[in-house]
Amino acid sequence: MAEPPLFSARIDRQLAGVHAFSAFVAATLVSTARRPFYANEILQQCYEVGVRTLPLATLTGLITGMVFTEQSRPSLASFGATSWLPSLVTLALVRSLAPLVTALVCAGKVGSSIGAELGSMKVTEQIEALTVSAVNPIKYLVVTRTIATTFMVPVLTAYFGFVAFLGAYFNVRSHEGTSWIAFVKNGFGSLDVLDVGSAVVRAVVFGFTIGIIACWSGVSATHGTQGVGRAANGAVVQSMLAIFVLEILIVQVISLVRSL
Amino acid sequence: MTEREVVVSIRGLEKSFGTNVVLRGVDLDLYRAENLVILGRSGTGKSVLIKILVGLIEPDAGTVVVLGQDVHALKRRELDALRVRLGFAFQHAALYDSMTVEENLGFPLRMNHPKMPEAEVRERIDDVLEAVGLPQTRHQMPSELSGGQRKRIGIARTLILRPEIMLYDEPTAGLDPSTCGEINDLILQVRERYRTSAIVITHDLTCARATGDRIGVLVEGQLLVVGTFDEVFANPDPRIQAFYDYNFIQGARA
Ligand SMILES: Nc1ncnc2c1ncn2[C@@H]1O[C@H](COP(=O)(O)OP(=O)(O)OP(=O)(O)O)[C@@H](O)[C@H]1O
Ligand SMILES: [Mg+2]
Repeated sequence: MAEPPLFSARIDRQLAGVHAFSAFVAATLVSTARRPFYANEILQQCYEVGVRTLPLATLTGLITGMVFTEQSRPSLASFGATSWLPSLVTLALVRSLAPLVTALVCAGKVGSSIGAELGSMKVTEQIEALTVSAVNPIKYLVVTRTIATTFMVPVLTAYFGFVAFLGAYFNVRSHEGTSWIAFVKNGFGSLDVLDVGSAVVRAVVFGFTIGIIACWSGVSATHGTQGVGRAANGAVVQSMLAIFVLEILIVQVISLVRSL
Repeated sequence: MTEREVVVSIRGLEKSFGTNVVLRGVDLDLYRAENLVILGRSGTGKSVLIKILVGLIEPDAGTVVVLGQDVHALKRRELDALRVRLGFAFQHAALYDSMTVEENLGFPLRMNHPKMPEAEVRERIDDVLEAVGLPQTRHQMPSELSGGQRKRIGIARTLILRPEIMLYDEPTAGLDPSTCGEINDLILQVRERYRTSAIVITHDLTCARATGDRIGVLVEGQLLVVGTFDEVFANPDPRIQAFYDYNFIQGARA
């Protein structure tokens, strides 16, 4: 029979949700290490995540690089320091823009498609059909997609950084006439290992977060076709929120490491 | 009469979801090569009952013994080994949207027998497509199929692993009368061709009469009576008679 609520019905429900999500993450991590590995499905998902996001990442990257450079010029110019533009832009890209913007783009594009796909599989009993065919859906659907996002979001981040760097170069070249060699030297001169390392860590963390949250949102879909829309939407909103929270945490950790 | 082999034995099965009590002590035996129909109105827990049978849902109390094994005491690996001996035909077919009909049919085979030669996989796909009478749909996507065709392909996909027991969840729901008749025939043909035992869940009396050797009526979480069609509907219990009236189809009790 129904027990009285521990805190309140609403809080209890949220706690149960947190518990279920933790169990889901744990089950995913455990199954990642166990056979079978479904290599074909992982490759297929990497293709889906990578290739499908490429046009959007290219466009966003190019625009981010150009616009950020354009907008930063006046404030540097007031100090007569426009020669610092390449290094300012590179630092901004590596330290924050590339991982963050790529993650947000992926949360929108990849998160919604995973959420909708698994959501519709859930409400049409396709996930149960996998289970009764002796195929573990966590392994076949969730692990493969989470591996794909964890691997491909960093790749897309690097690609985004490169395209944005190019965009910045085009802008600087047309205004200051800087050569490619000088631009690269000035740009990379200000970077250190921690900058690059933390960008990689961010991208990996964001990739995993997008994959696992989108899958969770999909497999917890209920209530028919309406639920599918909600699952796609939930995947985007929740992974974006998680990315912002994680970004704040990672920034704190990095400044701690820097101060050592 | 000789003692018949029991392939599914359910005792004292209970299941609630929160305050919603669905099953209140179900007892049931399925014999080998028998088609057992479970009749019940929408929402009485018919789907829950057979989902418990394949371990998709955990019961609150009671035991389920399938092919000599206690389903809810099995480890995951043992449960998977048992599941491939059962065929579950879902209420809405549950075909994988992203795959063609052929890939849908091959999927359970490729997953469970990764080393099976491609020629044999193709042979088995041909066999089940022929069994359900839809060889021409081979390269189509599930979204291109009609409701009746989807159900047939769903049944074909469960047949591909040569199950010993078939579980049909509302095989005729939402279909027009003549398609219903075809599905009923298919259920009987499947038994002839593959020697399966089956539980058929339905709220359609025509389907029940056409396919069932025995019929059980699920009312308020319990199986009220189990017997032949005529035995069941000779029972004066108003809840059974109400079911009969509600479902009345001319000539059903010819
Ligand atoms: N996973 C679940 N969580 C919570 N409640 C559930 C779940 N599955 C089923 N139920 C509830 O159990 C009851 C029986 O559902 P079930 O799907 O077994 O009905 P049914 O007899 O198959 O009906 P139908 O003919 O409509 O398919 C319903 O009230 C439903 O809301
Ligand atoms: Mg049902």
